[in-house]
Amino acid sequence: MEIKISVKNLDAFYGKNKVLHNISIDIPKNKVLAIIGPSGCGKSTFIRCLNRMHEVVGGTIKGEILLDGEDLTKTDPVLLRKRVGMVFQKPNPFPSMSIFDNVATGLRLNGVRNKKQITPIVEKCLKQSALWDEVKDQLNKSGANISGGQQQRLCIARTLAVDPEVILMDEPASALDPISTTKIEDLIFQLKKDYTIVIVTHNMQQAARVSDYTAFFYMGKLIELDETNKIFTSPSNKQTEDYVRGRFG
Amino acid sequence: MENGMMKPDFFFYRKKITSFIMMSLTFIAALAAIIPLVLIFYYTISKGITYLNLDFFVAMPKPVGESGGGMANAIVGTLILIGIGGAIGIPVGIMTGTYLSEFGKNKFGYVVRFLTDVLSGIPSIVVGVVAYTMIVVPMKHFSALAGGIALGILMIPTITRTTEEMIKLVPQTLREAGLALGIPKWKTTLSIVLKSAWKGIATGVLLGLSRAAGETAPLLFTALGNRFWSTSIGQPIASLTVYIYDYAKSPFEDWNQQAWTAALVLILLISLLSLLFRVITRSKYKTN
Repeated sequence: MEIKISVKNLDAFYGKNKVLHNISIDIPKNKVLAIIGPSGCGKSTFIRCLNRMHEVVGGTIKGEILLDGEDLTKTDPVLLRKRVGMVFQKPNPFPSMSIFDNVATGLRLNGVRNKKQITPIVEKCLKQSALWDEVKDQLNKSGANISGGQQQRLCIARTLAVDPEVILMDEPASALDPISTTKIEDLIFQLKKDYTIVIVTHNMQQAARVSDYTAFFYMGKLIELDETNKIFTSPSNKQTEDYVRGRFG
Repeated sequence: MENGMMKPDFFFYRKKITSFIMMSLTFIAALAAIIPLVLIFYYTISKGITYLNLDFFVAMPKPVGESGGGMANAIVGTLILIGIGGAIGIPVGIMTGTYLSEFGKNKFGYVVRFLTDVLSGIPSIVVGVVAYTMIVVPMKHFSALAGGIALGILMIPTITRTTEEMIKLVPQTLREAGLALGIPKWKTTLSIVLKSAWKGIATGVLLGLSRAAGETAPLLFTALGNRFWSTSIGQPIASLTVYIYDYAKSPFEDWNQQAWTAALVLILLISLLSLLFRVITRSKYKTN
């Protein structure tokens, strides 16, 4: 099994407040890793560390995170984020841009100017995110004027456009209705052929459905990491068992 | 408790009456607020309309004693002055506002924010005197440039603070979306944040320009005024406000009338500018 991201002894802080304690995880390539745990356990902070978005909200880290063996704290965050994309909890398409431009903007602002190059990429990404058939006749409409579920798939298409290797998803379906959620989950299943995916979720059924591996976080600590099947059927840790059985959290 | 309904009692009526009185008071206050505006429009239109004809826009002022003539030089002059002012005030204001909002959470930002507020409180005549000392005196004559610079300085605080406030309204999630796409911070600020806040910023720019177009005091020391046609920025230049000031206090009935017309034209000019901005910044998309 090839390792895409290797996290070693990671501590994360907001100011003096330590929110992650000595986390070590190997994230396998082209698999889906789900991070579960109660609110405030550090799930979101953890995935933000993986593309250094924690810095945007004033976080700092200690420890090592290797992306293909390369220490990502030593690379430029701008270059890193092209390789490690992110989809947020609340769909956040750019409201002042059309659907087309929402997908194209990452390319354009990264220096791709040629329209002949951009158009097929936009189409490909919208198809990959299973949105193309719904929006192909309204690509000039504002990205904010489609439904919430469509907006989230637009955000995924936008992330795909800059051709990342890893996609981080921070509760991507928690603001969506069940049908949209199913679509996003199907999409995740499709995407793992080409991408390594780390998904934070509150929804344990979702973790069970979409992921190959599951990590359980509690109070900023990694309690257990194993194959998803095992976590949900016979976890080795008592706390994990209590959580997945719904006894707390 | 007949029919399951509560019977209205004394307190019920008292609350209803208090509510009615309070609402009436706010309505009267709202009415009082628009009275001055209505009066201004009434007087400028009724008194200014008599001399409002094509000549006023295309002809030059006539010498004392001759009736008729126009203020073509003053209309162009005002446009040139706010043009120079805008060329200084708009970029400086927008960039300062952007800095304050996106990068100004430090001591320097705090100081700049405070000083901008101080600047907005400085009487415009003082800005005029400073422009006089710094530009007119070394150049040894009054000029459109000096007037434009004074107006530009006056625009800066309005545009800066509006830009800052408007950019702050852009949701943090949009900045994060941009950064997470591997877009550098400066490009995210320019192409995503400023683009989203553009409408509000334009309103600030318009406010700045309108205020500048209506300034008289700083121009008296700087652009001075000109009875002749001049578009040179190195020479004294006419402006509507200085004409209004001169003509309104003159003893000639004819000039007093023209002052009203100049006031009307100034209001029309600002309204036109406002309309233009509305059209330019009209959103491509309907908001839901």
